[in-house]
Formats: sequence, structure tokens, C-alpha cells
Amino acid sequence: MGFLDAIPWDLLLIQTINGVVTGMILALVASGLTLIFGIMDVVNFAHGEFLMLGAYIAVLTLVATHSFWIALIVAALGTALIGAIIYLTTLRPLLGRDPLTTILATFGLSLVLQNYALWQFGPVARKIPEPFSGSIQLFYLNYPLYRLMIAALSAAIIGGFWLFLKYGTWGIWIRATTQDRIMAQAMGIPVPWVLTGVFAIGSAMAGASGVLFGPLVGVDHAMGFDWILRAFIVVVVGGMGSLGGSVLAAIFISLLEAYASLWVSPAQAGIVSFVVLIMTLLFRPTGLFVATPK
Amino acid sequence: MRDRQPIIFWTGFAVILTLLIIAPLMLPAFWGRFVTEILIWGLLAMSSDLLIGYTGMVSFGHSAFFGLGMYGAAFALLATRPPNLWLALFAGLVAAAAIAAFVAYFSTRLRDIYFAITTLIFSQIFYIVIFTWTELTGGENGLTFSRPALAIPGLFSLRFTPRTLHWFVLAIVILSYLLLRRITHSPFGMVLQSIRENEARTRAIGYPIERYKILAVMLSGLFAGLAGVLYAFQNEFAAPNFVFFVLSGEVVIYNVIGGIGTLVGPVVGAAFFLLLREELSRFFTEYYLIPVGLMFIAMVIFMPQGLLGFARRWLNR
Repeated sequence: MGFLDAIPWDLLLIQTINGVVTGMILALVASGLTLIFGIMDVVNFAHGEFLMLGAYIAVLTLVATHSFWIALIVAALGTALIGAIIYLTTLRPLLGRDPLTTILATFGLSLVLQNYALWQFGPVARKIPEPFSGSIQLFYLNYPLYRLMIAALSAAIIGGFWLFLKYGTWGIWIRATTQDRIMAQAMGIPVPWVLTGVFAIGSAMAGASGVLFGPLVGVDHAMGFDWILRAFIVVVVGGMGSLGGSVLAAIFISLLEAYASLWVSPAQAGIVSFVVLIMTLLFRPTGLFVATPK
Repeated sequence: MRDRQPIIFWTGFAVILTLLIIAPLMLPAFWGRFVTEILIWGLLAMSSDLLIGYTGMVSFGHSAFFGLGMYGAAFALLATRPPNLWLALFAGLVAAAAIAAFVAYFSTRLRDIYFAITTLIFSQIFYIVIFTWTELTGGENGLTFSRPALAIPGLFSLRFTPRTLHWFVLAIVILSYLLLRRITHSPFGMVLQSIRENEARTRAIGYPIERYKILAVMLSGLFAGLAGVLYAFQNEFAAPNFVFFVLSGEVVIYNVIGGIGTLVGPVVGAAFFLLLREELSRFFTEYYLIPVGLMFIAMVIFMPQGLLGFARRWLNR
């Protein structure tokens, strides 16, 4: 079978693992975005900046404590707090106005946060060391275990969050508010707190993904932008506001990009996700991974 | 009283036009050039106002139209010897229009935020293509070319000085303003505004909304491309930075600061923003976006009508 021999199976397998790893991080970023959008119609342009802030908080905490895990937790809590403050000061007043105003406000926010980080930390990328350096033998290359752990951790965070939405009191409040804000209010759910909480949780998820991804690329002020665009694509492809759809779309797109980068440069591989987006818009604008709306 | 308002409007128009005409004679070279740039960015902002202010669609992809106009002109200027002004203008407009048609076809299937995100992503596609296609576009380094002469074959040929370039830009921007004003006042423009106010009802009345929207995006892209061509003439340089989405964001900022749905407002917004940047960058160097961003957020919250919002009705009469 000369045809089958021509396919580089080992490369394909490695790229599959790579795709799943980036896909899980992307899913973590996108689920925060889709959650915030689904519940309050806010398109958070600054979501990538929370990822960046989380990574920087981790860098600072690491200097003080030398523990990756403490840094991860501090970063998540820190971004949650920043998210809550930002929500209360800039987005709360826009509630009930045209959703487009929120995209403008968060765009301004993104400019401010990005340039603040540039001002505070300078243009040189900071490093987060990997928490452990083991690797497994994969054909001819040593695949770092940390990458696999990122995927597992992201999956754990998303899974935990899903359980929380399904069974936790707050989770149920969140889902109720997503369905019908006014009715939820009438049932005695503290809607303003739920909204603030959701924004904080979404920010924390972005912050955590920044910390997890930090060791792979280095931390700089512009790291959020790459992710936010892909996360937007994922959210549209997966179906706006659908958590499961976003996760599937994230893995799907990352896998495609990973395979594409076997043949073209990574920058050009990014175009694959754009093509997926265009196809989705053409043939199934409600999203690939959601049930057909009746 | 009503009859006198057009007189006031056109008097104001004439006064501002006169000021703009004599500006390069009065101002030092740096500020003269600054005014020319404001006019070009103002045209870009005006083109985007056709969508944001009149049709109710926020485009985050205007950098693509602007950039394609710029690169289209650049290719034409590099391909012909001696460089021909009108050919460059034509090539830029065709490039921008082609891209605008493409983007319009896909993005108008979506509304509100989805439209904004899709246009943003489209502009990013073109950014990546231009950035990575080094053989054609020069990649990160961009393309450098020389300014063509203002010439009509067989009649005259005139080398551009900063002053004549300013007047050339001014003439095109003013013509575009009058054209855009005419468009927004036409029955077509009325339908666009009706889409902004109530899309479902406009559809129910029987207007083919999709076609109107596609046409609006294409027109807007065409004027944005025109701004790109002018900027290419002014700067003698085309770079991928001008296709990057941050430019689109700035265009939206111009609109919001100046006041959407006024056509003049976005130009004022551009002038205000650029002046602010000029002044603030003395204190904050490259971090001027921090105070500008904070101010922008405050304006979105407290002054969504923009600087000229109070005159919106009057300017559209």
C-alpha cells in the first residue's frame, strides 16, 4: 500500500496531540467568552486582556512564592476581582443599552489594559517556568508532559464549571438568568450579583488559561489578542452562548490548524480557522455544534 | 425659521471650506500636513459612519477596505512608468470595491455584534495575507513608491507640493462628503435609516434588506478605499499596519467621539482624536492610548451621542 506509506502517521499523531492541547486552552478562553455573552449580551473585547493580566499576575506571584500552583490560584482570583471591578464600573451602566455599546466600551478597556501592561512591564516577554519538566517518548521526540497536563487541567476546569452550572445553586441561578432575566429576578434570584459573578468567573477562566499557556509562549502585553480573535471564531462556529458547542468547536478548529501547519507556516495555518468561519456563516450561521433551532 | 436653516448650514459649510482652503497658506508645514491627514482620516471615518450611524451596523473591518485601497494604488504606481495618478486611483477603488463586495456578501448575513466580529475577522484575514505574501506586498516592510504627478494627458502636468496635495485631498474629501450627504438623503439612504430604526418592520414593508445592506457595505468600503488611496499619495508608503484591526477600532472611536449619524461628526472626532494624540504623546509618549482609552470609555457611558450629537438632526436636514 504505497498510498498509506506516503502519509506521515507519526507527524499526524503528534499534530493531533498538539491540536487537542491548544484546543483545550482555546476552549477555556472561549467558554468564558461565551458564558459572558450568553448571559448578558456583552461581547467582551477585553477578554484576551484578562488572559494577559492573569499571566502577569502569575509572573509576579512566582517571583514571590516560587510555586506554580499558588500562582495559578492567585492569578485566577486576581483576574476575577479585576473582572468584577471592571464590570461594576464600566459595564453595569451600559446594561439595557444597545449591545453594541458594550463592544465599544470593552474595546476601549482592551486598549487601556494592553497599554498599561506595556507601560508597567515593558515590551520584553516574561517567562513562566514549567511546573515540571518530565516528558514522554513519542516516536523520535520527547513530548513534554506539561503540555498534556495543560489539556487535562483545562478539561478539569471546564468539566468542574459544567458541573457547577448543572448542580450548584449559583450555577442554577446563572442558567435561570440566561434564560429569562426578568423572570429570574421575579423568582428572587439576585440578578445583579449573578451578572457580576459571571463576569468574574469568565475573567478568572481567561486568567487561568493565561497562566497555563504562559510557559509555552512567554508572557507579553499582546498575548491576549491572538487568543481573543480565535476565541471569537470559536464562539461563532460553536454557536453563540453554547458552552458545549464552544468546546467542540475549539478542539475542531485547533486540530484543523495543527494539521494545516504540517504543510504551511503557522501564520498561514491560522487562515484555516477563518475559512471554517466563512463556511459556517454560509451554511449554518447558527453554529456547527448546536442543535438546529426550531 | 425652517427656511433659513439651509442657509445657515451652507454658510457654515462655506466658512469651514474657506478655512480649510487657506489652511496650508497660514499654518506651518507640520500642521499643514496634519490638517491634510485629518481630512483623510475624516473621510475614512465618514465612510464608516454610513454603516454605523445610518444603517446601524458597526464595522470593525474598515482597515481592510482602507488598506486594500492603499495597496491597490501602490501596485498601480509601481507597475506603471511614469506613475499615473488616475490609474492608481482607479486600481485602489477597484481593489477596495472587490474586497468590500466579498466581505459584504458574507458579513451582512449577520446582525449587530455578529456583524462587527465578522468584519473584524475578515480584516484580519487580509492582514495575514498581506503580511505573509512577501513577494507581492513586501510583507512587514511594506511598499515604497513615489507620488505621481497631477496630470491630465495632453493638457497639463503638475508636480504635487504639500499645498497642492492638500487642495487635491480637500477637493476629493469635500466631494465625497457631498456625495455621502446626498446618498443619506436619497430614498436609498432613507431605507438604510429605516433598517437602523426597525429592521423587521422594514422587511415587512417589502424592502429586500439584504441587498440594501450589501450595497451599504460596498459603498462604505468604496469611500474607505478612496481614503486609503489618498493616504498612499500622502505617505508614499503602504504597510500592513494600516490593515491591522487597531485602525478599524480607531475609526470606530472617531465615530463615537464625534457623534455617529452626522457625517461631519466623525471628521470632528478624527480631528479631536489626532490632536489629543499629538498633545498627549508629549506627556505619555507611546502610552497615550491609556488616557485616550479611558476617555473613550467615559464617552461611551456618559456621552453616547458624541461631540456633535446635539446637532445630529440639524446636520441631516
